[in-house]
Amino acid sequence: MGGTSSYPGVFVFLDELKRDVGRKADAVIALGGNPNTGKSTLFNALTGLNQHTGNWPGKTVVLAKGTYRHRGKEITVVDLPGTYSLLANSADEQVARDFICFGNPDATVVVADATCLERNLNLVLQVMEITPKTVLCVNLADEAARKKIKINYGKLRELLGIPVVPTVARDKTGLEELKNILDQVIFSEMKQLQPRPPVYDEEIEAALAQLQAEVEDLCQGKLNSRWVALRLLDGDPALLNNICHYLQRTGQNGRPSPAEVWRRVNYGQRHLGREIQ
Amino acid sequence: MGEYGLNLLPVGKAAEVVRIQAGELIRNRLLDLGLVPGTIVEAVRKNPAGDPVAYKIRGALIALRSEESRLVTVRPVE
Repeated sequence: MGGTSSYPGVFVFLDELKRDVGRKADAVIALGGNPNTGKSTLFNALTGLNQHTGNWPGKTVVLAKGTYRHRGKEITVVDLPGTYSLLANSADEQVARDFICFGNPDATVVVADATCLERNLNLVLQVMEITPKTVLCVNLADEAARKKIKINYGKLRELLGIPVVPTVARDKTGLEELKNILDQVIFSEMKQLQPRPPVYDEEIEAALAQLQAEVEDLCQGKLNSRWVALRLLDGDPALLNNICHYLQRTGQNGRPSPAEVWRRVNYGQRHLGREIQ
Repeated sequence: MGEYGLNLLPVGKAAEVVRIQAGELIRNRLLDLGLVPGTIVEAVRKNPAGDPVAYKIRGALIALRSEESRLVTVRPVE
């Protein structure tokens, strides 16, 4: 079972998820976050006993799925592995990233540790780069208060442009608010949702703009073209393979061949090289 | 001027990250852990055998082996 199988595990998992929840779930949300942020405690608090775990096909990564009901709707929650990053150095990170970008969850919650919020924001920004439907859950708020850490949630909301909810998953504080916010994000186009993902150096932005224009039609609105352009510049081969698979699965007409994608990547990279020299 | 590898930082002392000299994979990993240039790092405790060393990095305690920590160039801070 190699990670380089022609049919990436992510799609096996997604097919299975669709079969499982397709009929009864009204929405699917992904739960991500750094390790040791209480992510799984939050998952348990949200879903109670309505959960089961399974393996990500082809990788020894355990994923838990669960459901909860809120305002008459059934919400499926997927508990992703705890990661520091989505740039995929490990199987865990690859699984988390693949689910967020190809699983097309209706919302993604990033759980952060209130006692060291700063180091969690890296992941928050990475998720925001993929999907605008991101909610930040600042967990362990009680521990932060005990350590005399004061968090300006209003400012955080303003700077990130996404909903921010303080919680104490252990005793279920803030859970109702989290569910309410998710309900709004998923079912009623939330007006205050104006994420502000990172802006890069001029040179990178210029190359990005050009590459983004190249891949725009390939993405067909199925993937965030800016994010795809960024990853193409990274040149991560495993991800490029998955992007091609994904677009070939979802595309009705004009399915891009990997060669075509590569042609466009090289174009963008050449442009970037010129700008830097 | 006075720059050295993080592995040489004595326990109890702090230093500022100047750069990371590593391949892309390890570099990304170290950046993800919070070792971004400008970050203040403190060596907190050492394994009796000398390796790994626990560092305080942006509010978290993280253990690094000298194989990795020597790739991080730091300079002393007051």
